[in-house]
Amino acid sequence: MKQFLIFIRKEFAHVLRDRKTLLILFGMPVVQILIFGFALTSEVKDARIVIMDQANDPASQQIISKIEASRYFELDRVVRDHQQMKEALKRGEIRLAVIFPANFNHDLLHQHAAHLQIIADATDPNSATTLTSYINSIVQEYLADFDTTNNTSYRIVPELRFLYNPELKGAPNYVPGVMALVLMLVCVMMTAVSIVKEKETGTMEILLVSPFSPFKVIVAKAVPYLILSLINVASILLLSVFVLDLPINGSVLLLFAESMLFIITCLAIGIFISVKTNTMQVAMLISLMGMMLPTILFSGFMFPIENMPLPLQVFSNIIPAKWYYIIVKDIMIKGLGFGAIWKETLILAGTTVVMLVISLKSFKIRLS
Amino acid sequence: MSEAVIKTDKLTKRFGDFIAANEITFEVNKGEIFGFLGANGAGKTTAMRMLCGLSIPSSGKATIAGFDVYKQTEQIKKNIGYMSQKFSLYEDLTVLENIKFFGGIYGLTDKQIKAKSEQLIDQLGLQQEAKKLVVSLPLGWKQKLSFSVAVLHEPKIVFLDEPTGGVDPVTRRQFWDLIYEAADRGVTIFVTTHYMDEAEYCNRISIMVDGVIKALDTPRNLKDIFKASNMDEVFYELARGAKRSE
Repeated sequence: MKQFLIFIRKEFAHVLRDRKTLLILFGMPVVQILIFGFALTSEVKDARIVIMDQANDPASQQIISKIEASRYFELDRVVRDHQQMKEALKRGEIRLAVIFPANFNHDLLHQHAAHLQIIADATDPNSATTLTSYINSIVQEYLADFDTTNNTSYRIVPELRFLYNPELKGAPNYVPGVMALVLMLVCVMMTAVSIVKEKETGTMEILLVSPFSPFKVIVAKAVPYLILSLINVASILLLSVFVLDLPINGSVLLLFAESMLFIITCLAIGIFISVKTNTMQVAMLISLMGMMLPTILFSGFMFPIENMPLPLQVFSNIIPAKWYYIIVKDIMIKGLGFGAIWKETLILAGTTVVMLVISLKSFKIRLS
Repeated sequence: MSEAVIKTDKLTKRFGDFIAANEITFEVNKGEIFGFLGANGAGKTTAMRMLCGLSIPSSGKATIAGFDVYKQTEQIKKNIGYMSQKFSLYEDLTVLENIKFFGGIYGLTDKQIKAKSEQLIDQLGLQQEAKKLVVSLPLGWKQKLSFSVAVLHEPKIVFLDEPTGGVDPVTRRQFWDLIYEAADRGVTIFVTTHYMDEAEYCNRISIMVDGVIKALDTPRNLKDIFKASNMDEVFYELARGAKRSE
């Protein structure tokens, strides 16, 4: 154990002495959090929605069929029950719900004004506003037809509700994204590079000849990054709470536990890369191209995964950051508990175990 | 006759069809400086890796400090020191930190490390540089420091893999003074080299060609046998028949 601590102290010395890396390590999350305000707007297609039709009258049904015909929406189902709709929103199965109150047609015909409620999941504020405006234009289109046939002017008043993020701030979307990105970068790249560096300089050989076991070498190399990453998580959360006014709605403890799991997943990937490569350049390139790029593209934080062609949607499932992104959003923004994210947690845990087993195996093979 | 600390008997390593080291048999005695020579690709590194417990032999027997290379690699690792051809200290740590680290992973106590550090820094005359990063030291000093760190935990045997590559002759001579001092303390030195003047410094040398030990004797006897005036000629005589090269 004492040997182990001595080793960890040495690793910290490596990290803390390298000013440039340190700047990247702690500067990057701050900069990214502060400049990521401009999230990308993009068209949203085939968003899954639920319609709650309490009216079930001609007017509501005509609007529903118009929505169904639209390429922007994919009608998940029509429900009667409020609870079902809420559940679907909470689980993130649907992006938006439309509610037709009873007497919709009646109100429209007799009071010349009907109400319509639209509830959007606003954790991604861009698609939430885009989607509600799509619904709105479909309704207005229907009204225009309705007016010309009836020769008077009618109104349908949409009541908008943006769930989880009523002020439509960009932060709820990009804070979890930046967390995933930063942890990925720090843990995967830095671990891979620091292990490969020992191989390249020849010190790895010295360590392997020493009585210090190879398994411990790997773990000791990973520990500093685990600790530094947890500090990064804390600093991102502090920034988001105090600078961006984004409260943590769920359990902070759970958030940290899940972050720790994701960090370990990333460390495992970093170790895997380091076992398979022999030079720092290659390790860095694989980490950047192989991990960072897919993380940005496929975690769902910049580009909605729903809009992608099916093969890419399937591919996105192997990106660990995607699952972590969902977990952070669920805990932080939606305030959900472990019950909502156990599946994602299991996926991350599984990935970690597989990565560790493969890398430790190949590490041993290298030795003989 | 003094005790043998390295004993091999028909030690062989195969990689598929390729026989990197073929039935190597030799003994090295306590406190002896044993030169392990051979052209590039002759199988020196493979043999050395087997002796250090880094690589499991395909067949044959070997014991290092009395421990079996198949089963007791952990004990072997505790009893040997190793210095590779690449410079192998941490350049971004200071001289003292390197000593502390390597002392630490070999399980020395803080007290032992402190005493050793002082002794080592005195011996090498590094008082001014103790708290400087290793990267700022000249190569010759780095090599000497590297060797001193390799014997820090007082191993029975120290393996040196081309330790003086790229070092000027004066520094090389100083480096060999360190080796002699260690040998006088009873440390066995197992050294590979390409420099034939260094081969002359060894008590005994073996010359490996194509995975086989072709000659093993004192430098003087070898010169007599091959009727050569220096080791260069002996080496050339043996190595020119080699079929393998890198």
